[in-house]
Amino acid sequence: MAFNLILFYLFAAIAVGTTLLVVVQSNPVHSVLLLIGSFIGLAGLYVLLEAPFVAVIQIIVYAGAIMVLFLFVVMLLNAPREAIVRSSMLESGATRAVGALLALAFAAELAWALTRSRTLAMSHAGDTPAFSVPQIGQRIFQEYAFAFEATSILILVAMVGAITLAGRHLSKNDQGHNG
Amino acid sequence: MLLWIPLLPFIGFLVNTSGGRRLSKTAAGAVASGAMFVAFLASVISVRALVLLPAEERELTQRIFTWIGSADFQVPLGLRLDPLSAVMILVVTGIGFLIHLYSTAYMVEEEPREYARYFAYLNLFAAFMLLLVLGENFLVLFVGWEGVGLCSYLLIGFWYKNRLAADAGKKAFIVNRIGDVAFILGVLLAFTQLGSVNFKELNGLIAGFRPEETFGVVSAIALLLFIGATGKSAQIPLYIWLPDAMEGPTPVSALIHAATMVTAGVYLIGRNAVIFAHAPEVLTIVAVIGTATALWAGAIGMVQNDIKRVLAYSTVSQLGYMFMAMGVGAYAAGIFHLLTHAFFKALLFLGSGAVIHALSGEQDLRHMGGLKKELPITYWTFLVGALAIAGVPGLAGFFSKDEILYRTFAAGHPLLWTVGAITSLMTAFYMFRLVFLAFHGERRTDAEAVARGAASRLPATHEQHHDADNSHPPHASHLHDAPRAMATPLVVLAIGSVLAGYLNVPAALGGSAFLEHFLEPSLQVPAVEGMHGAAEHASYSLEMALMIVSSLIAVAGIGIAAFLYLKRPAIPEAMAARFPGAYQFLVNKGYIDEAYDAVVVQPIKSLSEHVLWKADATVIDGAVNGMGQIVAESGALLRQMHTGSLRLYAVSVLFGAVMIVGYYLWS
Amino acid sequence: MADLNHYLILSGLLFTIGTAGVLLRRNVITVLLSIEVMLNAVNLTFIAFGRFLGSSDGQIIVFFVITVAAAEAAVGLALVIALFRHVETLNPDAFRQLRG
Repeated sequence: MAFNLILFYLFAAIAVGTTLLVVVQSNPVHSVLLLIGSFIGLAGLYVLLEAPFVAVIQIIVYAGAIMVLFLFVVMLLNAPREAIVRSSMLESGATRAVGALLALAFAAELAWALTRSRTLAMSHAGDTPAFSVPQIGQRIFQEYAFAFEATSILILVAMVGAITLAGRHLSKNDQGHNG
Repeated sequence: MLLWIPLLPFIGFLVNTSGGRRLSKTAAGAVASGAMFVAFLASVISVRALVLLPAEERELTQRIFTWIGSADFQVPLGLRLDPLSAVMILVVTGIGFLIHLYSTAYMVEEEPREYARYFAYLNLFAAFMLLLVLGENFLVLFVGWEGVGLCSYLLIGFWYKNRLAADAGKKAFIVNRIGDVAFILGVLLAFTQLGSVNFKELNGLIAGFRPEETFGVVSAIALLLFIGATGKSAQIPLYIWLPDAMEGPTPVSALIHAATMVTAGVYLIGRNAVIFAHAPEVLTIVAVIGTATALWAGAIGMVQNDIKRVLAYSTVSQLGYMFMAMGVGAYAAGIFHLLTHAFFKALLFLGSGAVIHALSGEQDLRHMGGLKKELPITYWTFLVGALAIAGVPGLAGFFSKDEILYRTFAAGHPLLWTVGAITSLMTAFYMFRLVFLAFHGERRTDAEAVARGAASRLPATHEQHHDADNSHPPHASHLHDAPRAMATPLVVLAIGSVLAGYLNVPAALGGSAFLEHFLEPSLQVPAVEGMHGAAEHASYSLEMALMIVSSLIAVAGIGIAAFLYLKRPAIPEAMAARFPGAYQFLVNKGYIDEAYDAVVVQPIKSLSEHVLWKADATVIDGAVNGMGQIVAESGALLRQMHTGSLRLYAVSVLFGAVMIVGYYLWS
Repeated sequence: MADLNHYLILSGLLFTIGTAGVLLRRNVITVLLSIEVMLNAVNLTFIAFGRFLGSSDGQIIVFFVITVAAAEAAVGLALVIALFRHVETLNPDAFRQLRG
C-alpha cells in the first residue's frame, strides 16, 4: 500500500535526520536525546516490518536503559563542550584527502552491492504471519538456547568489568580520590 | 650357574658403591675379596662340570635374555663356557682374588670412602672381564671389552687429583678407543658379510671356507679385530698407554695390565682362531708385529730406571710373544704363555708394590739396593718370578716361552725365532738388572731426597706425595717386609709360577701337553695342507735342541746382568756415556710419544681450536643470534604502526573492512 | 511499496553516518553514541532481511544484538569514567600512552 511507503519515508526521515544531528551536535546531552529520537524512528520502521516485539524492546531497553545510562555518565563527568581545534595532525590535508577517498570507496561499494543484487519483493501480509512473541520465545529457548546462555554470561562479565573498571579502589592512603 | 661368575663381582661393586661411605675398610675389602673368592669357587665348579663332559662336547651355554631381537637378527645375552674360557675365568677369578687380598693391605692408608671406591672399581673390572671371556657372541664380548677399558681408566686415574694419573687414565682410554673403532668395524663386517656375530656360528661357517689367498672378507675381519687387539693388548702402534698406566696403584697394574685386561686381545684371537687361520696374510702381520713389539719393548725396558716402567715394558714385550705365537698358528702356546705370564707378572708387580711400599714411595732403581736382607719374603718370591720370566728351565716361563719359540722355528720362521731369542736374552737381562739393582748390593739412597721425600728425577708418584703430606718420617716406619695380606698372594703366585708350567709339558720331554689338548675343541684349528699352522710332526730332537739353546740364553742373560750390576757397576754408566745417542733414544722410549703428539694430537687440537671452534662461534652462534637480531629489528620496524592514536586505529579498521568487502564484491 | 532495497539503502546510510561519527568526533561519549548508531543500522538490516525471507531469525538476532550493545555500552562507559579520572578530558587524541 502506498500508505506504507509514506510511513516508511516518514520514519526514515526521522531516523536519518536525528542521526545526522547526533553526530554533528557539540553538546553530548543533545546528542543523547537526539539519539532517542532516532530510536523512535527506527521503532516505527520495525513495526512497518512486522516486528512489533523488537520495536518495543528497542524502546524499552535501548532508549529507556542504555541512553539513560549515557545521560548519567555525561552528567556525572560534567563533560565540557567539545572545543573546535584544528591543529591536530589528523586534520591535515593529506589525512582529509585519504579519509574522503575512503568514504567514497565505501559508498561506492555499498551502491554497487545494492544495485547488483536481486530485489526481493515484499511478501504479502497474508502469506507470512507476523511472528508472535510466544513463537519467538520458543525459538530463542530451543534453537538459540546456547546463544541465550552465552549472552547471559556476557552480561555478567560486562557487569563485573564495569564495576571493576569504574569503581573506586579505596585504600588507606587513597582517601581523597577524585571521581 | 655361569651367570654367577660375572654377577658376584658386580654385586660386590654395587655394595661398595652404594654403601661405601658407611662401610668400614675391613668390610669393604671383605665384600670385594669375598665376591671374588666365591666367583672363583663358582668358576671351579663350572669348570669341573665342563671337564666331566666328553671332550667333543665340552660346552656349557647359558642364555639370560634376548638383548637384541629384530626379525632374524637375534642376539641374546649369552654366556658360553668352553675350554678356552674355562682357562680364562680361572685365571681372572683366581689371580683376581689374590690381588684383591693384596690390595686390602696395600691400600689401607686410604680414606674409607676412597678405599671402598677402589674396591668397587676393582670388582666392576672383574665383572666386565668375566663377561668378556664368557660371552658367546661378539656383542657381549664387546660389552666386557668396553667395560674393562672404562675400569682401566677409572683405576689408572684412581688418584685423580694427581695430574699425571688423570692424564694417564685419559690416554689409556682414548688409545683403547682408537683400537675399538677397528674392532667395531670388524664385527660389523662379520655381521653384514657373514650374517652372524655368534662365535660358534661364525666358526662353523668359516671352517667350510678355503683359506684366503688374497685379501678378502675374512682377512679384512681378522685384520680389523687384530687392530682392536693391539689397542687393548698394547702392541705396536697402540702400546703407548701401558707405560703411562703405571701411575695407577700397583695392584691395579698387576691385575689389569699384567694378568687380565691386556690379555683380552690375545683371547680375542684365540676365540676367533678359525677366522685367523683362514687369513694367512693377516697372521703374518700378527706375527711380525708381535715380534717387533717384543723386541722394541725389551730394548726400552733395558734402560728404564723406574721399577714399574721396567715391568710395564716387560709386559708389552711378553704380550708380543703371545701375538707372535698366535701369528704362527701356535694358538695353544699363546694361551699357555698368557697363563704362565699372568702368574709371574702379577707376582713381579705385587712384589714391586711391596718394595715401593716399604721404601715409602721410592720407585727409582738407582735409589734402591740391599733390600734382600730387609724384605726376605718379597725378595725370594720376586726372585722366583724373575727366574720364571727369564725362562730358566723348570719354572713356568721356560715351558711356555720355549713352546712359542719352538713352534715359531718349526713353522718355518727362523728370522722371527732369532728375534724372539734375542728378546729372550734381553728379558733375562733386564729382569735381573732389576733384581740386582733393587735387592742386592748396598742401598744407594739419595739422602736429601729422603728428607724431602720427592727426590727422584722420575715424576713423583702418589705414594711419595702421600707420605710427604702425612709427614711420615721417611723410611723408618715402612721398612718392613710385606704384611700377611700382601705376603700370602706373593707366595701363592710364586708357587704358581713354578707349577703352572707343568700344565703343558711337551711330548718331547715326556709330558702329555695337557693344556694344548684341552684347548683343542675351542681353538679348532685342524692341520690342513697349505694352512699356516704349526707343523705337527717336527722332530723331538729339534725341540730338545732349541730348549737347550733357550736355557743357555736365559742363563747368559742373567750372567751378563750379574756381571754388569754386581761385579762392575761402573760399566753400565760408561756404556751409556759411550753411546749417548742410542742410550738417550731408548731411555726416552724412542720419542714415540712425542712423535704421536706432533703428528696426531697437535693437528687435531689445532683443527679443533682454530677451525671448528671458530666455525662454531661464527656460523652457529651467528645464525642463532642473527635470528634474534632479525626478530628484534623487524619488531622495531613494525612497532611504528602503534601510534597510540585511537582514531588512526579506527581508520585502519575501516580501511581493512573496505578492502575485504571490495574483494568479495569483485570476485 | 517499500521493498528491501529501500531498507538496505537506509541502513547503509545510517551506518555511514555512524562511522563518520566514530572517526571524526573528538568526544569519547559521542564516539560511543556513534557506535550505537552503527549497531542500530545493522539491526535494521537484520529485521529487513528477516521479514523478506520470511523467518523470525532476524528478530532473534536483533534481540541478542541489543543485549550485547547494552553490555558493550556499559563497559565502554566504565572505561571512560576510569580514564576521565586520570586525564580531565574526553578527547580521544589525549590517550596516546599505547604508542610504540
